[in-house]
Amino acid sequence: MGLNMSKRLNTSTLSRYDHQIISDWVEPGSRVIDLGCGNGSLLKHLQSSKNVTGYGVELNPAMMDECIDNDINVIQFNLDQGLGHFDSNSFDTVILSLTLQAMRKPLTLLEEMLRVGRQGIVTFPNFAHWRNRWQIAVGGNMPVSDELPYKWYDTPNIHLCTLNDFHQLCDQLGFRIESSIAVRADGKQTIGLKTMPNLFGEIALCRFSKR
Amino acid sequence: MATTTSDVNELVEPQFVRFDETLVLESSGQLDGYTLAYETYGKLNARGDNALLVCHALSGDHHVAGRYDDSGKTNGWWHLLIGPDKPIDTNKFFVVCSNNIGGCHGSTGPSSINPATNKPYGTDFPLVTVKDWVYTQSKLSDHLGITQWAAVIGGSLGGMQAMQWSISYPERLRHCIVIASAAKLNAQNIGFNDVARQAIRTDPDFHNGNYYQYGNAPSRGMRVARMIGHITYLSEEIMGQKFGRNLRKKAKFDYEFTPEFEVESYLRYQGDAFINKFDANTYLLMTKALDYYNPAAETNNDLTEALAPATANFLVVSFSSDWRFSPERSREIVRALQSNKLNVSYAEVTSLNGHDSFLLNIDDYTRVMRSYLNRIARESDLNSQAKVASVDGSQHV
Repeated sequence: MGLNMSKRLNTSTLSRYDHQIISDWVEPGSRVIDLGCGNGSLLKHLQSSKNVTGYGVELNPAMMDECIDNDINVIQFNLDQGLGHFDSNSFDTVILSLTLQAMRKPLTLLEEMLRVGRQGIVTFPNFAHWRNRWQIAVGGNMPVSDELPYKWYDTPNIHLCTLNDFHQLCDQLGFRIESSIAVRADGKQTIGLKTMPNLFGEIALCRFSKR
Repeated sequence: MATTTSDVNELVEPQFVRFDETLVLESSGQLDGYTLAYETYGKLNARGDNALLVCHALSGDHHVAGRYDDSGKTNGWWHLLIGPDKPIDTNKFFVVCSNNIGGCHGSTGPSSINPATNKPYGTDFPLVTVKDWVYTQSKLSDHLGITQWAAVIGGSLGGMQAMQWSISYPERLRHCIVIASAAKLNAQNIGFNDVARQAIRTDPDFHNGNYYQYGNAPSRGMRVARMIGHITYLSEEIMGQKFGRNLRKKAKFDYEFTPEFEVESYLRYQGDAFINKFDANTYLLMTKALDYYNPAAETNNDLTEALAPATANFLVVSFSSDWRFSPERSREIVRALQSNKLNVSYAEVTSLNGHDSFLLNIDDYTRVMRSYLNRIARESDLNSQAKVASVDGSQHV
């Protein structure tokens, strides 16, 4: 159980799109950690497009060789054990991409991210998307979607939240939200997304730092 | 995953090189010249950038891969990982492994003849350290014309040597692969080593280390030393799986002291096999080198500072059930490398086989090794060279 905490979402159409947004938030030549880096494709993208250096963290043994093939530094450990591997204030950006919802202690991990790095970037499935609301409100069932394909009893996604929830938590932790975007998994822009991101955004991307 | 289909290894022969310099050791003992036994596999390319140095562990030697004859019993100790098309692919890399000084397989050691006395050194042989080994290996590198290793690789005590290479000669290696190792032994580990040493040194046949002239060896001590070593190289789980409480060729106890349990006969067999191929004084020296190693001793116990001279890219590997060189010891190394902002990848492989895992073909482990060695080959464009070489080869056939 819990062997693969990362990328427990269906993200086939998403990855290139959210990688681009994250890339825009990362300084060229900066030091980056990608927590739950999967096969290392995001860090590889940042290395080639932004010339960053740093490490990916992944627990799944099946991903180790793929990360190495992708020419990234990968460190195998369980994020639920904290970021003791890394020195305080030693990185510019710490990324947690589509992994927060699978962590046992998301609060501790968020605090650890800003102990180690100057800014954090978190992306997660927005549970307040209207389709999820519809499934609960009308169907009376826990939502199952393309992004969250699991049933309630076998899901690794144990800490789901909404865009609003995350903003409130950042406030509570004394983090400042630097940027916040909600997107559709297919990357399409709509008016609804801009005006009501917590209702129409499938994936939320937030950049935050210490206040 | 592509485990190698046939495990017929190539024939190899040991080679020897003599160095006539006076070697002053870290212990301030000295040797007036020394011989290194070594083996090579694959071909050094024209650029000289495809050479890999493998450092051996406590009971290893220079015969790391290939085989000596057709008996089926002379495969190198890491033949599962090194050879044509294996994770450490000798089609691409020129692999070198030497027997450490103090050893008993051809390099100058306690069982070699001391030119000053024309008798085996015995306990006159000075204590050697990881640093001394790395220095002598650098002399071998000079001899072979290798200015920079593509990688220096080692498991256990061999991993300590690989790490020391990155500190002593940072410009002479591009990659450093440290497997099932530690930056220093803990008290428990030193304790086990001393039990082994005491077993040997209190054997009446030890004769204060000069047993050679009596035509025998402290075999009983060696057997006990090897038995306890073996237990610590395995995990409780794997011993349970392999032997459990199974009895040997019988259904009930005979209530006597002959080996009754499978595990007893296995350990005795391992002990007996060892006494015929290993010198007791070498075993004593190697365990002391393990105990002494601690690069951070020179930097106020700050491993980050100890590793500050290193510039190599690192791969560190540990095994979940290895309690002799536990994953936490490897994590310490990884953290120090990260603090130095060095490139490092770290795999913590799930395995029941304890410390011995590093010698085995374990899928998650060999896939990481294969990928990492592939990365090294890719950087130096060795893959296309290997292709060209094999095309050339087929034309000649």
